[in-house]
Amino acid sequence: MHLVYPAVLAALLFCVGVYGVLARRNVVLVLMSVELMLNAVNLNLVAFDAWLRDAVHAGQALTLFTVTVAAAEIGLGLAIVLLVFRTRRTADVDRLTLLGDPSEAAPEAAATEPEGRAA
Amino acid sequence: MSTLLAATGSLEPAARSFLSPTGAEVVFLLVGLAVLGAAVVSVTTKQLVHAALWLVVALGGLAVEFLLLTAEFIAWVQVLIYLGSVVVLVLFGLMLTRAPIGRSPDADSGNRWAALLVALAAAGTLVTLVADAFRTSWIDLTAGGGSTRATGEYLFRHWVLPFEALSVLLLAALVGAIVLSRSTSGRLPRPRAGKLRAGKPVGRPAAPAATVPSTAPTAPAQER
Repeated sequence: MHLVYPAVLAALLFCVGVYGVLARRNVVLVLMSVELMLNAVNLNLVAFDAWLRDAVHAGQALTLFTVTVAAAEIGLGLAIVLLVFRTRRTADVDRLTLLGDPSEAAPEAAATEPEGRAA
Repeated sequence: MSTLLAATGSLEPAARSFLSPTGAEVVFLLVGLAVLGAAVVSVTTKQLVHAALWLVVALGGLAVEFLLLTAEFIAWVQVLIYLGSVVVLVLFGLMLTRAPIGRSPDADSGNRWAALLVALAAAGTLVTLVADAFRTSWIDLTAGGGSTRATGEYLFRHWVLPFEALSVLLLAALVGAIVLSRSTSGRLPRPRAGKLRAGKPVGRPAAPAATVPSTAPTAPAQER
């Protein structure tokens, strides 16, 4: 089998995941897109493992580890999402702007405050 | 590098043509198209639950791709973990955050076109680079490279320490998820009044061991 097929498929799948992460609004859908990106990496690992005929099968072992870490990641991520939903009543990443600048004057205040502290 | 390529037998541009694909390549291409289409629908559909179900199609197709690349064990791990647990967790998350069942018009944020631009630029760059780099590379697929027996051998012969570290990581993730999802109403609920309440001895009434300090080392042993 040509190596180009799995490599190109993995690249395209990764870019689909990038689009999902950037364009989606619901946090759970963003997590789903992250899963797509992780799976693209898994496909690359398996294909290159089969190509290089690694003696210790580093690609396949790393794929298994990636799958496990992804399972842990989605469990923790959903726990955090549920916590955010419980406190903020929304699962919309565009509305989670608590750390953003509230007004236009915020950069000036942030710029002047450290000087006062230093003086 | 030349020894590596000679060992893998991957540089045979004359014998390997893209115009005469093997059966595995044809199946790989068809399943790959299905995977790609399902992934695109999954990130663009307006119905949130449908997105999770299209993700099932994409991940199941990827399991078939793993099978075609002779990684059988990873294919079944993919089916068990992704299709069995991750998608169910995602569906749980969608339901618990009260995702609308029908068509939701605000599923995509306002920067959709910027995201599309970034994704297309990344896809163009990556595909050009990958196709140019691996145009003549050939995978010699032999059966048995990813069977359960081979997987157990390399996993427990060469990768034992990462494996154990990963189990600790899973335990930490489990504890973290429990701590995060516990009710944060302040303090723990009071233990119900029962036999294990503090200040009341559990065993026989009037056990003298705690009140007689001189025979303290031997008295509890005799009590039992």
